[in-house]
Amino acid sequence: MRMLKIKNLTAAYGRVRVLKGISLHVNKGEIVCLIGANGAGKTTLLSSISGLLRPLTGEIILNGTLIPRRADKIVALGCSLVPEGRQVFAPMTVRENLILGAYVQYRKDKKALAGIETVYDLFPVLRERAEQLAGTLSGGEQQMLAMGRALMAKPKLIMLDEPSTGLAPLIVKNIFKIIQRMRTAGATVLLIEQNARAALKIADRGYVIETGKIILQGPASDLLNNRDVQRAYLGRVKGE
Amino acid sequence: MSLQLFTQYLFSGITYGILYAIVAIGFNIIYNTTGIINFAQGEFVMLGGMCAISLHEYMPLPAAILLAVIITGIIGGLIEIIFIRWLDSPSVLRMIIITIGLSILIREAALFVWGESVRSLPYFNGDAVTSVQIFGANISPQVLWVIGVCSVIVVGLSLFFQFTYAGREMRACAANRTAATLCGINTRSKITWSFMLSAGIGAVAGCVMSPITYTQYDIGPGLAIKGFTVVILGGLGNSMAAVAAGLLLGIVESFSIIVVPMAYQEVISIAILLIVLFVRPHGLFGSSETACLQDF
Ligand SMILES: Nc1ncnc2c1ncn2[C@@H]1O[C@H](COP(=O)(O)OP(=O)(O)O)[C@@H](O)[C@H]1O
Ligand SMILES: [Mg+2]
Repeated sequence: MRMLKIKNLTAAYGRVRVLKGISLHVNKGEIVCLIGANGAGKTTLLSSISGLLRPLTGEIILNGTLIPRRADKIVALGCSLVPEGRQVFAPMTVRENLILGAYVQYRKDKKALAGIETVYDLFPVLRERAEQLAGTLSGGEQQMLAMGRALMAKPKLIMLDEPSTGLAPLIVKNIFKIIQRMRTAGATVLLIEQNARAALKIADRGYVIETGKIILQGPASDLLNNRDVQRAYLGRVKGE
Repeated sequence: MSLQLFTQYLFSGITYGILYAIVAIGFNIIYNTTGIINFAQGEFVMLGGMCAISLHEYMPLPAAILLAVIITGIIGGLIEIIFIRWLDSPSVLRMIIITIGLSILIREAALFVWGESVRSLPYFNGDAVTSVQIFGANISPQVLWVIGVCSVIVVGLSLFFQFTYAGREMRACAANRTAATLCGINTRSKITWSFMLSAGIGAVAGCVMSPITYTQYDIGPGLAIKGFTVVILGGLGNSMAAVAAGLLLGIVESFSIIVVPMAYQEVISIAILLIVLFVRPHGLFGSSETACLQDF
C-alpha cells in the first residue's frame, strides 16, 4: 500500500529550477530516508509535499488522493512536517506549542488534547519543561518539541527535515530511537538526513538525491554497502 | 496645584491615554499577525463613530453602536481580503504606502458620505453638563464610560489571547506563520480575523469617545499618529506596554497645559515620538534584543 507517491515532480524558486523530475514512493509503515548533499533540493521536496511551495509540474498522491493546494489542508489529511530548524513557537510555552500541534484534531473534538500525555511519555523532558517558553529550550529539546508538536496532529505520514543537525551525539541517538518508535506506533516516516549512516541504519529503503534528481534508490542495507554512497555520503569505503 | 485641578487633569489624561492605547493595540494586533503597520487604523475609529451616529437616527444607541462596530469590523476584513491578502511578502515601504493610501481612500469616502460636518453621538448618560464629583473635580460620566469600556477591551483582549483557542492560534500566527501553517492553521483566515478585530475595537473606541471629542471625517490621521507614538513608546507588538505608554502619553499631554500653551499640545506627542525613535527605538519597555528581531 502506497502512503505517498510522487510522480515527476519539478519545482523552482523564481527561474532557478531546483527539483528536476523527482519520482519516489513511501509504503505504509515504512521508514524511508532521503540523503543528499547540502543544496540538493531535499528541503524543497518536503516543502512541495507539505504545500508550502507550489510545484511546477508533477503529481503528489497521499493515501490514494491528489494533495490539495493549501498547506493547512494537507496537514488535516494526515501529513505532518517537522521542518528544518525546528520552527517552534518561541514566545509560547511548551504546552501551548503541543496544543497548537493538535489543531486539526481538537477542531473536531477537544478530547484530542489527551494525546499530549502520549507525547510527554515519548519525550519526558517536555513534561518537565511544560510551562517554559519554547524559545528558552536547548536545541535538542526544541527538536523534540517540534517532533512532539507534529505527533499531536496524529499524522499518518510524518516527514522530518534533518532532525539531528547540530545536536550532541547522545541526543541524536535518542532522536533516532524515537523515530523508530513512531513507526512502531503506526506512523509512516519520510526522513531527510545529513547523518546518512544513522538514517540508513533505521530506514527500510533509501533514495539519494543529487542536484534535484534521484540518482540512486534501494533497500537501506544496499545503499549502506554501495561504494558510491559510501564514498560520497558515509565518509569512508570499506576495504579500500 | 489643588487636588481638584490635579484630578481634573488626571482624568482627562487617562481618558485620552486609554484611547491612544486602544488605537495602539489595534496597530499591534495587525502588526503581530502580519508584520504590517496599518496606518489606516485611525480611520477605523472614525468609521465606528460615523456609522453609529448615522445608525442612531434609526435605532436605539446600544443597537447603533453594536451595528457600527460590526460594520467597521467587516470593512476591516474586506480591506484585508481586497488589498492585503494577495500581496506576496511585500516590502515594509510598500505596505506603508498601501496603508496610507487606504487611509486616504477611506477618508475621502467618508467625506463623500458624511460631508465635512462635525458630528457626535449623544452622551450615554445625561448631557454635556452632567458630572460626577470626584475629589472635588467635575468628571463627565462619559469620561467614566470611555475609561470603563476601554479597560474592558484591554482586559478582554488579553484574556482572549491568553486563554482561548482562537486567541492562541492568532498568537501562533504572529510567532511563526510557517509553523502555524504546518499545524494545520489557516493563517490567511486568522489574518482576516485580526483585521476585523482591530477595526472592531477601533470602532468601539470611536463610539465611546464621540460625545467628548466629536467625530469628523478627518480625525483618523491625528489618532494614528498618537497611536503610533504609543506603539513606538511601548515597543512594537507589545500590547500591555501600549496601555502603559498610552496612559503615560495621555497624562503627559494633559498636564503639559500647565507649562506649554494649548496650541502646542499636538507637538508634544510628535516630540516624544522623535525622541524615542532616536534614543530608544525598541520602546521604553522593550528589550533591544526583541527590536533586533523585528524587521521594521
Ligand atoms: N527560498 C529560496 N529561494 C531561492 N532559492 C532557494 C530557496 N531555498 C532554497 N533555494 C535553493 O534551492 C536549492 C535547494 O535547496 P534546499 O532544498 O534547501 O536543499 P537541501 O535541503 O537539500 O540542502 C539550493 O540551491 C538553494 O540555494
Ligand atoms: Mg535542507
